[in-house]
Amino acid sequence: MKRLSLLLLGGLAIMAVAACGGKKPETTPTPAGPNADSLAAAQKAHDDSMRAAQDEADRKARAEAERQRRIADSLAALGNTTAAVKTLLATLIHFDFDKSIIRGGDAAILDQKVSILQANPGLRIRLSGHCDERGSDEYNLALGNRRATAAKQYLVSHGIDAGRIETASYGEERPLDPAHNEEAWAKNRRDETEILAGGDALKQP
Amino acid sequence: MKAVTRLGGWAVSGAVLLLTGYPAARLAAQDTSAVDRGVRIGLTYRPGVRPGMVVLPGRGPVLDSVRAIVARDLDYSDRFELITLPGGDSLRASVVAPPSPAATPRGGGAAAAGGLNYPLYQALGADFAVTIAPTPGDSQVVTVHDVAGGGVRREFRVHLPALTDPGFRMAVHRVSDRAIEAALGVGGMAATRVLFVMDGKVYAIDQDGADQRLVSSSDHSAMSPSWAADGRRFAYMEFWEGHGRLFIQDVASGKRTAVATSGQALDFTPAFSPDGKTLAFSRATEEGTDLYTVNIKDGCCLQRLTVGRFYDNLSPTYSPDGQRIAFVSTRAGLPQIYAMAADGTDQQLLAPFDYGATGSSNAPEWSPDGQSVVFHRDVGGTLQVFVLDVRTRAVRQLTSVGRNEDPTWAPDSRHMAFVSDRSGYRQLWIIDLETGRIRPLLQKSGARLPAWSPRLPETASSTP
Repeated sequence: MKRLSLLLLGGLAIMAVAACGGKKPETTPTPAGPNADSLAAAQKAHDDSMRAAQDEADRKARAEAERQRRIADSLAALGNTTAAVKTLLATLIHFDFDKSIIRGGDAAILDQKVSILQANPGLRIRLSGHCDERGSDEYNLALGNRRATAAKQYLVSHGIDAGRIETASYGEERPLDPAHNEEAWAKNRRDETEILAGGDALKQP
Repeated sequence: MKAVTRLGGWAVSGAVLLLTGYPAARLAAQDTSAVDRGVRIGLTYRPGVRPGMVVLPGRGPVLDSVRAIVARDLDYSDRFELITLPGGDSLRASVVAPPSPAATPRGGGAAAAGGLNYPLYQALGADFAVTIAPTPGDSQVVTVHDVAGGGVRREFRVHLPALTDPGFRMAVHRVSDRAIEAALGVGGMAATRVLFVMDGKVYAIDQDGADQRLVSSSDHSAMSPSWAADGRRFAYMEFWEGHGRLFIQDVASGKRTAVATSGQALDFTPAFSPDGKTLAFSRATEEGTDLYTVNIKDGCCLQRLTVGRFYDNLSPTYSPDGQRIAFVSTRAGLPQIYAMAADGTDQQLLAPFDYGATGSSNAPEWSPDGQSVVFHRDVGGTLQVFVLDVRTRAVRQLTSVGRNEDPTWAPDSRHMAFVSDRSGYRQLWIIDLETGRIRPLLQKSGARLPAWSPRLPETASSTP
């Protein structure tokens, strides 16, 4: 902007000189021939400088827009990554009836959580254990606690600091599927992973 | 006199037809009944099994309500054959006419006795009769007649609050308990309330199914309500941000306080010691679930009673003398019922089981008379209520219809509330262990984790 005004000032100065030049012939009777030329030249110079200023402004605006777009793109990319990592982190693991042993297939899901926690050192999570409705209501709090603890022990044994993982149990109090059949029960016997802190911008492992 | 005899004879035959019947008393406590929806039609009158009781009509709408509540309480006590007066108003009038309405509070025994037609009620099968009469003052005189003996067993004056008073029903329930005490010399359970959980909230309800009220006040999901032995406080657990927090609530004021040492872990299943000074509870940590006690008077002195590490210990319940705690432990694999001294020493198996064959056993509650521990056990994939005789260690199955769980003792140590889906959905039921009679307490789906109060003291009766 500053340079643009300098250019404009320059243009005005040329015009002022040209105007002065225009007045001189009246006092000194010299041929008026160069007057038209000098006016045209001044006009041209002015136009050129204006165009240059305009071009410069356009170029800068384009650059700025480009920069903004790049920021937006990278933010979006970052957001997509965070959302993707969050989804990955939230993957449930499931348990057999009245058991808290990590199933073979679920170890891979926990390995994923290990990688995410390693890639994002600021991340803190809570693992909560849940049960189906078949057992005793109060016993299920203890069972859910074992399920949460089993997953935590797995993560800790794979190098994650224990202080980054809280555990909780909701027993059978928060079923995902309220139906009373084996399909619902199998869904409800699970560990959930919840982000406690450091989940605003997550890196892909 | 002849007319009376004839009337009496008619009434007896009418009464035999109309008397409400019960499963035979000696079939004691075997839940073999089909679904009982609260209407009893089987008339199996067994004279001599239980004393007959008649509650005579009072005067005015208030005394009608009082009579209705007392009659139901005496019926629900399962200690009497309750005799409903046969016939319509004319017979009722002729029955009611003789008693003197001016039964005076003092020295009134003779007057009331003189007015009551004992031979008639004896002919109806009554061993006892209860009359409730107004006095010139603002009170009522309750008379318990010994019909067989032909005299007044006891007479007492009560000041019943107005019908609209929130304490009215509990005051009448107290009249019922005094009548039972006067007739049989035993404590009743009419003046009690049952706490339970529904939709994550704690409610209270009279033992006869009336006056249901919400007693928990927060949006946090609650579990495991439990009474103090004095009936003035109860404890329960709430979920707070992944933790289980224990609260103690005062019945009269409704004010609650968080247990000081609670809130940083998953604490659950609180249980008051009988002296009310200590709260035992389960705490789940990454080491597993173990039993702790805390001094609730000073909010201090957290003490750990069990060290499980590779197994869980939970659901404590004190013996009424405060010396022992029964609890659930998974030390042998599946959860089973154990007991220990109140300081955590001398841990041993309480309810015998066959390793590898007996299902999970949970939710123990020590009976108020100290003789039994009730719990539920997995039988073939569903839960059934069992009772353990503490002295002989004999275990008896009480229920067999549907899924039955979370039993809780009435203060008379013979009734129990529990959760059952026998009617198609889970609701609260009451069983009498002596007669095996079962009645619904609350016909609402989703009610669970009941806790039956001790006999409630008068000052604590207004709320809940």
